[in-house]
Amino acid sequence: MEKFDKLSGIAAPLDLINVDTDMIIPKQFLKTIKRSGLGVNLFDEMRYDDDRNEIPTFVLNKPQYRDAQILVAGDNFGCGSSREHAPWAIKDFGISCVLAPSFADIFYNNCFKNGILPIALPQEQIDVLMKDAEKGANARIEIDLGAQTITTSDGEVFTFDVDAFKKHCLMNGLDDIGLTMEKAAAIDTFESAAAQSRPWV
Amino acid sequence: MSPKTLYDKIWDAHVAHEADDGTCLLYIDRHLVHEVTSPQAFEGLRMAGRKVRAPEKTIAVPDHNVPTTIDRASGVIENEESRIQVEALDRNARETGIHYYPVSDVRQGIVHIIGPEQGWTLPGMTIVCGDSHTATHGAFGALAHGIGTSEVEHVLATQTLIQRKGKNMKVEITGKLAPGVTAKDITLSVIGKTGTAGGTGYVIEYCGSAIRDLSMEGRMTVCNMAIEGGARAGLIAPDEKTLEYVMGRPHAPKGAQWEAAMAWWKTLYSDDDAHWDKVVTIAGEDIAPVVTWGTSPEDVLPITASVPAADSFVGGKVDAARRSLEYMGLTAGTPLNQIKIDTVFIGSCTNGRIEDLRAAAAILKGKKIKDGMRAMVVPGSGLVRAQAEEEGLADIFIEAGFEWRMAGCSMCLAMNPDQLSPGERCAATSNRNFEGRQGRGGRTHLMSPAMAAAAAVTGHLTDVRDLM
Repeated sequence: MEKFDKLSGIAAPLDLINVDTDMIIPKQFLKTIKRSGLGVNLFDEMRYDDDRNEIPTFVLNKPQYRDAQILVAGDNFGCGSSREHAPWAIKDFGISCVLAPSFADIFYNNCFKNGILPIALPQEQIDVLMKDAEKGANARIEIDLGAQTITTSDGEVFTFDVDAFKKHCLMNGLDDIGLTMEKAAAIDTFESAAAQSRPWV
Repeated sequence: MSPKTLYDKIWDAHVAHEADDGTCLLYIDRHLVHEVTSPQAFEGLRMAGRKVRAPEKTIAVPDHNVPTTIDRASGVIENEESRIQVEALDRNARETGIHYYPVSDVRQGIVHIIGPEQGWTLPGMTIVCGDSHTATHGAFGALAHGIGTSEVEHVLATQTLIQRKGKNMKVEITGKLAPGVTAKDITLSVIGKTGTAGGTGYVIEYCGSAIRDLSMEGRMTVCNMAIEGGARAGLIAPDEKTLEYVMGRPHAPKGAQWEAAMAWWKTLYSDDDAHWDKVVTIAGEDIAPVVTWGTSPEDVLPITASVPAADSFVGGKVDAARRSLEYMGLTAGTPLNQIKIDTVFIGSCTNGRIEDLRAAAAILKGKKIKDGMRAMVVPGSGLVRAQAEEEGLADIFIEAGFEWRMAGCSMCLAMNPDQLSPGERCAATSNRNFEGRQGRGGRTHLMSPAMAAAAAVTGHLTDVRDLM
């Protein structure tokens, strides 16, 4: 997995609450058997019209946001299904960090498995960052995962919380499965004990 | 010993390893797999030279993509991408030796319907699947939730998940439900009250007399939509009804093991003085038959209400409601029961079980659907379908003008050819009314099977109590 350490980039404002996974990546794109290539279909139904022309008013179609690496969004971002195609599409587009007042659990968890940092912040701070993002390509927002800080283009600094284990994995690009396999002995022990106490499982 | 909730008890029984910072490896008893969220996981295993650790605890079935038309028996899936996904699951199941129900098997169906049906789902288990509606299995007092594809791969390889414990939330439905009010109305009403993020970070336990009174099918409907309320998992403590449902199922324990299992299952309840981080109480008598009007499952109102005005909300919901109303083509003040519909979809992991089909058929018996209406019933499994045929329900649906389909997820998420056209308005028994969910530009109103059947007859959203 790609490491995440520091990021300085353009932030795209998507001022909507309850952005669901069907919006992020509609179901017709879940038929792939690969993880890559979904960026072109990120927010597909908001981004293209029926004839596959870009809808110019949609944020990611505006020239100043085409290279956005950060997304600023409303409450409960990523609600809906467990499809990991949502973070795959976000990452494939080039976005590595999503800022919102809150996230749906499964989506939040899926982000960390794909080198994306989701950051939950109080609404007032999101309001400031949303305004900052609306300034377009001249306003770069800086994220420092090590220091757990976000710096706006005006130099205002916010701190954020992140689970220490998730931070460690993201900063070092660690593979969860490899880490868990180091604890194989504990799993073996549990499995043998459970086979005795709950043999019907 | 300190008092525990049901969730605490199941959690504690499955921690295989706990790190100093509280990060746990949670052992997984059952891993359910379907064709859409698993190919990349199997591919990841292959690339890393890893094996499926516990194939005997892993159960796979194709459901999301499969056609539900009768002619699918020919075995050909026309959509090439869908066919490739189903073939990938066929191959992955064969190569890894996991349990598998192919499209041709009468036991095939929606993964969350066949798990309980085959007795894979048992009280006290941990159950995961790369699908957010895994919460359904919580109806048996199992800790069940959706996971992403990376976690599917993690469970395949290690039979564990890296987890931190969630918080405990109690949702109590007191008293009794009025006639015409169902499990679907309970679960939608809870979401209407708490919002789609109200359960985020929590595991919900549903309790109270109105929940106890529900059948296992009804309890599955309630837990199914825990995720629409933001909670990964919903639970209901097992009781006599649970044991009666489980007993004798193909993969349920038998003989001495059944006795041993039952002894443990009977300890699976929340202690009286257990700690709850959040409590929501609703009187069963206050719940009416409901429908959704917008594009979020929290947009719930009794069928007797009218379309709300966007500016009746506060904060970000004002813009969201405005966007919803525009998408849904609705004007504030319109009585909900005057909204005309084009299509009726009865099915899904929320409402595709035998009891759901019985409830819909009870309304449809001797009636015809409105002229020009497109209506389909998609049973949740091949066995539900067979039972409905045996009970004469299929004849009622067909005589009323419904299409009688084969089992699958179908128009709930429209990955197969069952889709809405732009602007087409659907009364659906499924779980999500998101923009484009049932097809680009399609408009979804969520409701119970009886309400959907009533709408099919009248051609507009209808208070089912008027037809009872």
